[in-house]
Amino acid sequence: MAAADLATTSLRELNAALHRLAPDSADLHWRVLNPRGEHAIAAGLTAPVTVEIDGHVGYYCAGMNQRARVVVHGNAGQGVAENMMSGEVRVEGDASQSAGASGCGGLLVIDGNAAARCGISMKGIDIVVKGSVGHLSAFMAQAGNLVVLGDGGDALGDSIYEARLYVRGSVKSLGADCIAKPLRDQHKGEVHRLLDAAGLGNQVDVADFHRYGSARRLYHFHIDNVGSY
Amino acid sequence: MCGIVGLFLKDQRLEPELGALLAGMLGTLCDRGPDSAGFAVYGEETPGRIKLTLRVPQGFDFEALLRRLAGVAGALLKPTIRDTHAVISVPAAKESEVRAELARIPDVDVVGSGRRMEIFKEVGRPDGVAARFALEKMSGTHGIGHTRMATESAVTTDGAHPFTTGPDQCLVHNGSLSNHNAVRRELARAGIRFATENDSEVAAGFMTWKMRQGASLQQALEASLAALDGFYTFVVGTESGFGVLRDPIACKPAVMAETEKFVAFGTEYRALVDLPGIAAAKVWEPEPAQAYFWARH
Repeated sequence: MAAADLATTSLRELNAALHRLAPDSADLHWRVLNPRGEHAIAAGLTAPVTVEIDGHVGYYCAGMNQRARVVVHGNAGQGVAENMMSGEVRVEGDASQSAGASGCGGLLVIDGNAAARCGISMKGIDIVVKGSVGHLSAFMAQAGNLVVLGDGGDALGDSIYEARLYVRGSVKSLGADCIAKPLRDQHKGEVHRLLDAAGLGNQVDVADFHRYGSARRLYHFHIDNVGSY
Repeated sequence: MCGIVGLFLKDQRLEPELGALLAGMLGTLCDRGPDSAGFAVYGEETPGRIKLTLRVPQGFDFEALLRRLAGVAGALLKPTIRDTHAVISVPAAKESEVRAELARIPDVDVVGSGRRMEIFKEVGRPDGVAARFALEKMSGTHGIGHTRMATESAVTTDGAHPFTTGPDQCLVHNGSLSNHNAVRRELARAGIRFATENDSEVAAGFMTWKMRQGASLQQALEASLAALDGFYTFVVGTESGFGVLRDPIACKPAVMAETEKFVAFGTEYRALVDLPGIAAAKVWEPEPAQAYFWARH
């Protein structure tokens, strides 16, 4: 395993070394020590490397990720795994706002809570939050799945397009054009697949989840909806 | 952008290090607010006396000032001079006479007062400002600080944070208020005095006004949710403690950490990484629209 200590190595050096990795590189398991809340740690990775970060990270950790697996042994600041394309990002603590923002693919797992705007504008990413999510989560979400084992905050799924939202607990309020929908077998299967991927296996009953999605009334401008825009 | 730090000590043994810890936190947030900085420290109290923090020009003649004040308040102790600021200790019973005399001296501004609060702010890089005032040598129970990237008013010493509008009360703000002119007019009618056109000073004035009416800091923070419109994360200091409030939209970042020894606030976690025992601290993001408050016992 390769190790980088951010107390002695600069963040630029670390990220450059990670960017140089090829799929056949010898060492595809890295450990980052002393992250000290720095921003953009392990952002822009493209190799199928595993990066474990020992502590809390700042903004945009593992942003734009492709193929890599990034594990944060701590909390993450805003925008963790933003614009992720593929791979997996796991936060063992809490995540600040805009976790998984605009993500196109891959899996983001947050063991704790995610703050406001989790999955904002998500475009295909799968997000599993074991705790609760803050207000305006899945705002303008376009594709992908957001699974929340705890509660949803205010205005969940506001102006949502086609993403699927699954919440086990209560939801403070639904945003414009977001409605409750029936949880059919295909959805239970999907939740099960995502829980499996998040390492929860059969610990959670998929029937406990509520599904929310788009009522599809805001797709096109309609004068009757002017108050909702 | 701006950066905020706050540190409230639960363990008395850390009090001699308060300034050094706060200076480290402030220095880390230089890149969030490089144009000016300020901080308030709640230090030792002398019973029966009030501290006045004065801002004076470089090379000011303090001997002459003391001679002049002796005429209205009796002999005063030597002021603690820190760069462009000085803290004088005056008998509480003579505060208004001293203030009246100071108001006649054009070069002197009273920038803060209270039993324990001392306040310092200047234009310049925050680490440089902290060094000019020797923050690292100050001790106290709690303190708050701010690094400013000006948006709503000019880059001046008066526009730097913290803002204080009442004894032992001060506030730092990250964000911008949109209804500050209307609220300032209301508060001015109610007798709150403002020194600037700055939006953050209005928030400080609002807290002072609420607490003057008998509200606790917690209640004042909660009341500001309805009264103040805009983006904000506030950290507020009082004689006994400090409070935190984020607006309901919560765009402005905030991180808190708590151990048995301290409660700390930082705009970013980076500001907290050198606090003692931080690795084992509970670290969390304060909830939007929820007032937090810690007080000394």
